[in-house]
Amino acid sequence: MIENIAPVVLTMQGAALLIAFVRLVKGPTLPDRIVAMDLIGVLVIGLSVVLAAATGIRETLDAAMVIALIGFVATVAYATYVERGHPE
Amino acid sequence: MIDIITAAVWIAGSLFALLAAIGVLRMPDVFTRMQASTKAATLGLGCLLIGGALQLGDLGSVIRLLSIFAFILLTTPVAALVIARAAYLAEVPLWEGTVLDERSASADRASGNSSRMNS
Repeated sequence: MIENIAPVVLTMQGAALLIAFVRLVKGPTLPDRIVAMDLIGVLVIGLSVVLAAATGIRETLDAAMVIALIGFVATVAYATYVERGHPE
Repeated sequence: MIDIITAAVWIAGSLFALLAAIGVLRMPDVFTRMQASTKAATLGLGCLLIGGALQLGDLGSVIRLLSIFAFILLTTPVAALVIARAAYLAEVPLWEGTVLDERSASADRASGNSSRMNS
C-alpha cells in the first residue's frame, strides 16, 4: 500500500519543487525570490519526511529538523537585508 | 487501516503543497504569493507530518515530527509578516487590482477617524 502511494506523493512534491523553482528564477523582485526560497524549504522538509516514512531511514528526520531551523533564520535575515534598503 | 489513513493524509498533504507552488507561480504580486505559500504549505506539511508519524510509530520519530510541526506552526506566520513588512517598506509595487492599502496616507484620509489623523 505505502510502497504504491509513496512514489505518487514524492512525484507531486517534486513537481511542486520545480514550480517553486520557476518562481525563484523568474521572480521580478527580491521578496518574490525570498518567498519562493521559503516555500522550497518547506517542500524539502515534506519530501524528507515522506522519504523517511517510506524507506525506514530515520536519519532524514534530523535533516528535516535542521532545514526547518535554518530556513526560518535565513528568511528573517533576507527580510532584514531588504528592509535596510538593498533592493537587488 | 493505518496504511489507508496514511495514504489519504499524504495525498491531501501533497495536493496542498502542489497548490501552494501553483499559487506562488500564478498569483499577481508578492503579498498574494506569500499568502498562498504560507497558508497552503503549512497545512500540507502538517498533513505529511501526521502521515509520517502514523507510519513510523516509534517514540523518537514521533517526537521529532511533532517538534518539526510545532516549530513550523510557530515560525511560518512570523516569517510571512517579516517578508511582507520588508517588501512593503522596499516599495515593491502592489497589484493594480488592489482595493485597499491600509498603510498608505490616502487610506488614512479615506477612513477619517484614525488616531494619527486626530493627533
